[in-house]
Amino acid sequence: MDWTNQGTAMASLKINGKTITVDVEDDTPLLWAIRENVGLTGTKYGCGIAQCGACTVHMDGVAMRSCGVTVGEAAGKEITTIEGLAAGGVLHKVQTAWIANDVPQCGYCQSGMIMAVAALLKDNPKPTDDDINDAITNICRCGTFQQVREAIHAAANA
Amino acid sequence: MLPRTRKGAAMNQHVKINRRSFVIGAATAGAGLAIGLDLPFGGPAVVRAADGSPEVNAWVVIKPDETVVIRIARSEMGQGTLTGLAQLVAEELECDWSKVTTEYPTPGQSVARKRVWGDFSTGGSRGIRTSQDYVRKGGATARVMLIQAAANEWKVPATECKVSAGVITHTPTGRTTTYGKVAEAAAKIEPPADVKLKDPKDWTIAGKGLKRLDTVDKTTGKMIYGADIKLPGMLNAAIKDCPVFGGKVKSFDAAKIANMKGVKKVVQVGDSGVAVVADTWWHAKTALDALPIVWDEGDNAKVSSETIAKWLAEGLDNAQPAYVGNQNGDAKAAIAGAAKKVEAVYSYPYQNHATMEPMNATVLYTSEKCEVWCGTQNGEAAFAAALEASGLPPEKVDVHKLMLGGGFGRRGMTDYVRQAVAIAKQMPGTPIKLLWSREEDMQHGKYHPITQCKLTGAFDADNNLIALHYRLSGQSILFSVRPEALQNGMDPAAFQGVAQSGEASIGYSVPNLLVEHAMRNPHVPPGFWRGVNVNHNAIYMECFMDELALAAGQDPLEFRRKLMGKHPKHLAVLNAVAEKIGWSTPAPKGVYRGIAQVMGYGSYVAGAAEISVTDGSKIKVHRIVASTDPGYVVNPAQVERQIAGSFVYGLSALFYGGCTVKDGRIEQANFDTYNSMRINEMPKVESVMVPSGGFWGGVGEPTIGVAAPAVLNAYFAATGKRIRSFPLRTQNITFA
Ligand code: FES
Ligand code: FES
Repeated sequence: MDWTNQGTAMASLKINGKTITVDVEDDTPLLWAIRENVGLTGTKYGCGIAQCGACTVHMDGVAMRSCGVTVGEAAGKEITTIEGLAAGGVLHKVQTAWIANDVPQCGYCQSGMIMAVAALLKDNPKPTDDDINDAITNICRCGTFQQVREAIHAAANA
Repeated sequence: MLPRTRKGAAMNQHVKINRRSFVIGAATAGAGLAIGLDLPFGGPAVVRAADGSPEVNAWVVIKPDETVVIRIARSEMGQGTLTGLAQLVAEELECDWSKVTTEYPTPGQSVARKRVWGDFSTGGSRGIRTSQDYVRKGGATARVMLIQAAANEWKVPATECKVSAGVITHTPTGRTTTYGKVAEAAAKIEPPADVKLKDPKDWTIAGKGLKRLDTVDKTTGKMIYGADIKLPGMLNAAIKDCPVFGGKVKSFDAAKIANMKGVKKVVQVGDSGVAVVADTWWHAKTALDALPIVWDEGDNAKVSSETIAKWLAEGLDNAQPAYVGNQNGDAKAAIAGAAKKVEAVYSYPYQNHATMEPMNATVLYTSEKCEVWCGTQNGEAAFAAALEASGLPPEKVDVHKLMLGGGFGRRGMTDYVRQAVAIAKQMPGTPIKLLWSREEDMQHGKYHPITQCKLTGAFDADNNLIALHYRLSGQSILFSVRPEALQNGMDPAAFQGVAQSGEASIGYSVPNLLVEHAMRNPHVPPGFWRGVNVNHNAIYMECFMDELALAAGQDPLEFRRKLMGKHPKHLAVLNAVAEKIGWSTPAPKGVYRGIAQVMGYGSYVAGAAEISVTDGSKIKVHRIVASTDPGYVVNPAQVERQIAGSFVYGLSALFYGGCTVKDGRIEQANFDTYNSMRINEMPKVESVMVPSGGFWGGVGEPTIGVAAPAVLNAYFAATGKRIRSFPLRTQNITFA
């Protein structure tokens, strides 16, 4: 029998600077632990198979598709979600550029897009168009790519 | 300045229901609409918003702090309609734009007030064009009442008062007051019977590329989509519907998963679905995947893409019956006697909407009330679905609209609402959130219809096009979705873009023309997919126009121009893109161009693409110039985004899309097999807006029609290869 049937399974996650203990099995995708057990719904479900990027979070500063990471793998790592990107109530420069360039359409992909871009700019503060093409592989069904590219350059120059 | 967030997604006001005032499903444009203060149930003289602020009229609430709340009945799904409609109301209202927020009335409230907010339906690129007149009147009426209230207070004629940005001035004395101060009094004033709307050339808020009103929450993770809502005590449901459309549940073994973590209940949903309800959605889905289900798949299980293609191909035979959608002269005779003929057969596959947010709805059902929270493109249709599925009377049902993670036509359907109500009904008193997995969403879509088309053109000895026969074979959306809209069996929408007249008319005059549709309806359910029938009709017609130009030995642009003399608006947008792309000058080395035009949703659109091709099969789309004449442009910045977005949607479908059928079910299950364009594949999109005024066309959909044929025509120019079957991945053609 599956051990997860045997009662509670506690996991400790460090999310947005806080340590949170949640009742969740180790093999649960981090995405669902964040959305359902921690209750932060800014991180979105789009595919569940690491294809779309809607669920992108930072794990120790690296952009990760949280649907493809388990709670067990995430334990002990510093996780940042879209809700934790604005430090001390000040919007991250990527968020500011997103607002200034009016990037989102439906917005559903944009949490993941912003998290992916924030990670890119940390490693590569002035990315070229080619760098952007290589690093940003999130799906946006509304097709905001033109504004995304403009806003990335705007954030890089901010 | 700190950016504003959108306040209050829905009103919270309680209203009594007048049952007679609602006709279920009657969500058609042009329904009679009451403007202003219309109180069907003789309530208080002043209608109040949830926080007690007075309604000046149904469209406008003004708070003492000068906040202007504009009510929006249509749905925001990314297309910018919420902001555009608010601009139109604010323009006539003459309020301070920086004080504007919006809110959605619920369908239940609308029903209770004789549909005061009109049609909720947000499809067919209708959000603005079919409500602009009455929302502008709503704003203008409120302005007149607010000015009158100030004039009454000052005991001066209203004609001596003017308003700017919500500040009313008595011109002779220079006295001023504000909307916030007179709103209470204005709400008691009899609305004027008639108001004059501004000439769009005098617009200062509408017509401008203002920023959207809903952006901030979409960048901080705060925006609540349907999939995000939380209610106290809520449980989560995952569902599987029979993978073969039309099939049924035979049996399922709930005992096998009863002990799995978090599982609360396993329920049948209608006769074709099974849902697991659990504490979390992850638990529900995990258990559902482990649940043994036996399906009664029925005869449809024998259907495949091959059997459908064969059936459709038979419809291309002129001996088979067909509906005539557009005709002049005698095309068949002219073709029979022509000096030269060109014939080609094209086909276009099923496509899934693949909205970024999978379908979902949350329902709380008790015997006293059925409340739904969901993203929907049609609040009234969702309301009607909940009414029917719950069996409760209208006064006990309501729908609270949440932000849509994409719509594209999919969320105009209500299958997911019905399912959620059916589940919640089996667990009264417990709120249930039903969320589809991506796999469920891919395989239970309302697909872009499948068609084939045989085109025959005929020339006289001087290479003049004398006849065109356009014979479609394939699926009708209306047959499945709105059969009452068929005309003696014919689906008039099947001719979008090639119709004789109306909002999607053909841009060419050919002396002998026959456009017909042999209807063939496979069991795969079709739906309105961004651009709808314009997509394939534009590909067929515009690629074939290039084939005809080639046969006539003429430049594709010049060849078209000769046929467009009687279609000046179609021609104007085509000329606009030709000029902007530099058609008359050679393209850069290794770059090839293609051009296309079409009319849809009342707007005239054209596109010109520049591409390069490596190894004959890897396409880099460098640039697409798009032109649109939608009559009026309410927000050019958002129109630009809709154009670029429509190209991503259309080109994703062209290159990567295509849903295939095997054993009666859709094969593609997720983005690994139904891929979507990424930023590296995005061309530079340049928009040329040429609004000519005098009519209101749509924006969200029409331009999708020109992206694919412009790219395909450029591909032919580059390679000499004409592609007639899609998606391109099946022809081993990819993005570079
Ligand atoms: S939901 Fe994780 S990548 Fe799509
Ligand atoms: S903004 Fe809608 S999916 Fe990207």
